[in-house]
Amino acid sequence: MASSLIIGQYVPADSVVHKLDPRTKIMMIFTFVVVIFFANNAYSYLWLTVFSLSAAALTKIKPHFLLKGLKPVWFLIVFTFLLHLFVTREGDVLTTIFGLPIYSGALIQGFQISLRFFLLILITSLLTLTTTPIEITDAIETLLHPLKKIKFPVHELALMMSISLRFIPTLMQETEKISKAQASRGVDFKTGPLKERIQAVVPLLVPLFVSAFKRAEELAMAMEARGYRGGEGRTRLRELEIVRRDYMAIGLFLIVMIGLFVLRT
Amino acid sequence: MDISFKAVSHTYQPNSPFEYRALKDLSFNIQSGQFVAIVGHTGSGKSTLIQHLNGLLKPTSGEVMIGGYRLKAGEKTANIKGLREKVGVVFQYPEHQLFEETIEKDIAFGPKNFGATEEEIQTRLPKVLEAVNLDAKLLDRSPFDLSGGQMRRVAIAGVLAMEPEVLVLDEPTAGLDPKGQQEVMDMFYRLHHEKGLTTILVTHSMEDALKYADHVIILEQGKKHLEGQPEEIFVQKERLKQVQLDVPEEIQFLMDLKTRLGISITYDKHSVDDLVREIKAQIGGGR
Repeated sequence: MASSLIIGQYVPADSVVHKLDPRTKIMMIFTFVVVIFFANNAYSYLWLTVFSLSAAALTKIKPHFLLKGLKPVWFLIVFTFLLHLFVTREGDVLTTIFGLPIYSGALIQGFQISLRFFLLILITSLLTLTTTPIEITDAIETLLHPLKKIKFPVHELALMMSISLRFIPTLMQETEKISKAQASRGVDFKTGPLKERIQAVVPLLVPLFVSAFKRAEELAMAMEARGYRGGEGRTRLRELEIVRRDYMAIGLFLIVMIGLFVLRT
Repeated sequence: MDISFKAVSHTYQPNSPFEYRALKDLSFNIQSGQFVAIVGHTGSGKSTLIQHLNGLLKPTSGEVMIGGYRLKAGEKTANIKGLREKVGVVFQYPEHQLFEETIEKDIAFGPKNFGATEEEIQTRLPKVLEAVNLDAKLLDRSPFDLSGGQMRRVAIAGVLAMEPEVLVLDEPTAGLDPKGQQEVMDMFYRLHHEKGLTTILVTHSMEDALKYADHVIILEQGKKHLEGQPEEIFVQKERLKQVQLDVPEEIQFLMDLKTRLGISITYDKHSVDDLVREIKAQIGGGR
């Protein structure tokens, strides 16, 4: 069930992209997501596609795994394409399908928008595929640090994020474990009338909540026992550090961005 | 019910970077009424194996037969619910599966799912309560008010109330105090004989495997490392060492006795008292 969706799943590998500072990656991806909307002709789209595909290749994650992981969003991409194809009325009429005229402008626009969509999802999934959740929260904490000046609880937010991320797999395991135990006691989660299937969720949710609360309490106690008192004056085990590799990546990325603005019309 | 594994392999998340082969070409037979211990280290495939016993998992290749039920890759098993009624599984930390408002309802949950009538459940209740040594006065209480040990007894009672023919136990004593461990194991052993169950015990404890089982299977990285009667298996110190397992205390004691004092006794499920008597007889004392 969860195995087909790869967004949000970290795949360890020994690649340049994995080794980049998470802040570099976040900033680049954030910029990319904004800048992709500036592309407006075939050259600029081609330029960005080449960039995204080379970035994906650099991660050393197997391409078929990447594509398989994007499976759930293929539907959206195709749907976007078809919607634009039938609704846009620009340029010349090329042909008619089911009595609907297809315009050349629609073909181009549909293609552009779905390509843009595909690139956006590919690039953003690269972030979570190559960066551990802990690195991401660390990066967000440092990036948001200036907000401390206006009393924004940056550290607490980052802590909440890392705790939630940390417990997603634990809760998934727990869910699987309990659903197996209840299935062994004759609960049928997969077949039967809808009403019964909804009722079948109760024996799953109650134990899950019980254990989640218990876990939260234990975690709070363990943190207090180890002297946790918020972010004030806390030092880090892993310091984030911008090194030469990051400067080179940023430099390359800037060239790509400048190239884009040269190519667009 | 007879159980047989024929060249069973199980791979988790095939064709992905997370592909993991948990069982590799595993074959063995369990006869009806046997008490079988499955021993192995963490990650040896024990948990994967027991999930094949009631159809929670299917082999990715090979075939599992449990009584008349057949589990095979790509083949839909008929009446899997019937299989789950006959094979009761006590998972690790079974108290985590409690959810009902009262203990009575929680124990009745399993049987009810398998279509037992209210009367049947009422006749089964006192029996299972006695088996797990729980006070009937507790029936109206919430299972969450109980101590950890009592919660486990309730959860076990919930599985026993299904009146299974095969009982699968996944480290049923983990996290209990020594006295509780002994009580729980003795209870399962008693039930095994009284009800003529086929019992499959997954354990880390060589001592339990030696004491209760009449057949032992040792798993290592999804493969069968050793199989046979406990008296034969647990004297093979070198073979056990290969998979970082120890010889049970009793056997180790008898081995030391032989090398140091030259007294040779073959282990035959002795209790401590029997053993003392035998040693006394051997050294010709009896003082």
